[in-house]
Amino acid sequence: MIGSLIALAALALVACGPYILDAYGIGLLIGAVSYTILASAWAMFSGPTRYISLATVAFYGTGAYTVAVLSDALPWPLVLASAAVIGGVLALVVGLSTLRLAGIYFVIFSFGLAELIRQLITWFEVSVSGTLGRYIFLDLEPRHVLWQLLSLAAVVVLITGWIHRSRIGLALKVIGDDETVAAHAGINLARTKLILFVLSSVLITLVGAIQSPRWVYVEPGIVFNPQVSFLTVIMALLGGATHRWGPVLGAVPLFLLFEWLSARFPDHFSIILGLLFIGVVFLLPDGVLAAMQKLRKKKEAAA
Amino acid sequence: MKNVTRRALSCYVSAMAIGLALPSAAFAAETVTIGYAVSKSGPNAGGAGISTIPNYELWVHQVNEKGGLLLPDGSRAMIEVVEYDDRSSAEDAVRAIERLATQDKVDFILPPWGTGFNLAIAPLMDRFGYPQLAATAVTDMAPALAKRWDRSFWFLGGGHDYGDALASLLGDLKEKGQINDKVAAVSVADGFGIDLIDAARPALEEAGFDLVVDTTYPAGTSDFATMISGAAGSGADTFIAFSYPPESFGLTKEAQTAGFNPKVFYVGVGGAFPIYPNVTGGIEEGVMSVGGVDAASPAIQEYFAAHQEMTGKLPDSWASAITYTTLEVLEQAIARVGLDHAAVAEEIANGTFDTVIGEVTLQDNQLRDLWLTGQWQDGQFVAVAPADRDGASDPVVPKPAWD
Repeated sequence: MIGSLIALAALALVACGPYILDAYGIGLLIGAVSYTILASAWAMFSGPTRYISLATVAFYGTGAYTVAVLSDALPWPLVLASAAVIGGVLALVVGLSTLRLAGIYFVIFSFGLAELIRQLITWFEVSVSGTLGRYIFLDLEPRHVLWQLLSLAAVVVLITGWIHRSRIGLALKVIGDDETVAAHAGINLARTKLILFVLSSVLITLVGAIQSPRWVYVEPGIVFNPQVSFLTVIMALLGGATHRWGPVLGAVPLFLLFEWLSARFPDHFSIILGLLFIGVVFLLPDGVLAAMQKLRKKKEAAA
Repeated sequence: MKNVTRRALSCYVSAMAIGLALPSAAFAAETVTIGYAVSKSGPNAGGAGISTIPNYELWVHQVNEKGGLLLPDGSRAMIEVVEYDDRSSAEDAVRAIERLATQDKVDFILPPWGTGFNLAIAPLMDRFGYPQLAATAVTDMAPALAKRWDRSFWFLGGGHDYGDALASLLGDLKEKGQINDKVAAVSVADGFGIDLIDAARPALEEAGFDLVVDTTYPAGTSDFATMISGAAGSGADTFIAFSYPPESFGLTKEAQTAGFNPKVFYVGVGGAFPIYPNVTGGIEEGVMSVGGVDAASPAIQEYFAAHQEMTGKLPDSWASAITYTTLEVLEQAIARVGLDHAAVAEEIANGTFDTVIGEVTLQDNQLRDLWLTGQWQDGQFVAVAPADRDGASDPVVPKPAWD
């Protein structure tokens, strides 16, 4: 409860950013908040269930594409609502058909999902609408994008808080520890996983939708960039996917690190990203928070 | 003790000497900062690495070798570069522009590679008042975009320009009886391929052609046997592929393997790359593609030589020369009116510039004198359309057989 309040206060503080920062400062905040939401939403599902999902960009891109298609026809709030509904329905269909897959198969499927959606949209644009690449001309300034993202972040805080205190949170913990035990304890495995998957996917879809007006031009190659999925996973894992505040602790520092790297080592980004991946998986398999807790316990034991 | 003091003293003296030397050196070599964020990693890195980055580096190197950018008062200012990697992410490209404009406060910003990213940064460039010389954006929306952002300049035309030019070239060949009225076309299901085939379909029909094969394929396709055999069996004298580099190369190889020798063989992006002759094993003669250069022009020859010397490879014969042209336009505009953004934009819009592709004057913020179709002739990728423009070569049809 206190954690949620502190987090909401922090979000309110960030919302004042546009009054004191320049355009780049706001750009940084947008990037950091967006990755924080992505990582938190990812961890919401993948943390407790331990299903590594590489489908982040599938939903993120779907959100952006929805905006590109509907932004001329509908008022902005309705566009966002449509994006949420489309993301939710998509997640429902995908979840129903795949959440029975065991871990490794799910990873492969989720990676393929982004490609599948990308090809479906391409096919549709080529054979039905006869064009590829859509324009988004909306008069949304960066600070508006930031404020919308912050509102979404507040929703994430409230949802994660609710999950932690509710029966579904408890059920998830059991599922994460041992699915067989969970099933025997009377937990409806499929339904619990599905709810979480849909929830997490809707949030990710909305991030893509809110951010897309910044890009003006949208085509599948731009919005379905697999790097978004990889960065989200590495951020959540670094912070600790099972811990409620882990994703924030992973997303913000890593985002800033990447930003710094792109300026200092513009030619070596891919190599550094790869090394980082290996480092995180080997050295901090449960994330920074878990590692710190372990360290503290060791010290206490020694004392 | 004494020793220590002496050492301290010498430190102090040398520090003072450096301190004195630094400001004066900085004063003598006033600098102009040029910033850019290009895709150095991710899916766009290939295109950026061929058309954009080498030309930026070449230009900066050449300008600094001359002693810097010429300013209206006759002085020169060395160029200092601030560069970022946008990782092929639109969000990163946008943020990099925000960074260049408000943190680094660079004097000028060079655009990223590709249509999408040039569009992504356009509103920001406009808001911060920077002129944007988009060298690698192909969009039919250019007239509207130039009106929307009046400091944006579009140098590479739109899909319709290329599609229409090819159709009219083929129409002429048909009139002369050099090819029959059947055309086999394949196109990649991605921005470039769709724009061009959409433009070419009605234009070809109007020119009296029968599109006997009209297939699209997803980007990244690597098996072209069916496409080529379908085209070979169609009776068409003309094969058109509005393709991207990997597929342009794959289709060429497959045509060679299958012994498919149409009278006109046209591939999309990649056909004008300097490595294309290697792809064909040195039998590229007669292949047509997008772009082209006036190979007889001394300015172009000089540019090709300088590019090879500085970057170790030849430029491509489509967007490279245009990219270099935008840099020359910027350089000359600065020499005439200085560093003020409004004045430079005004000069780019209305001035006339002497560049590697000849004399350049923009029409409504767009470069309209473009080479739209080229052909490999004697080891060079020369321009063949528009045929009525000075410097155009005559197309060689039928293309000599592979082998």
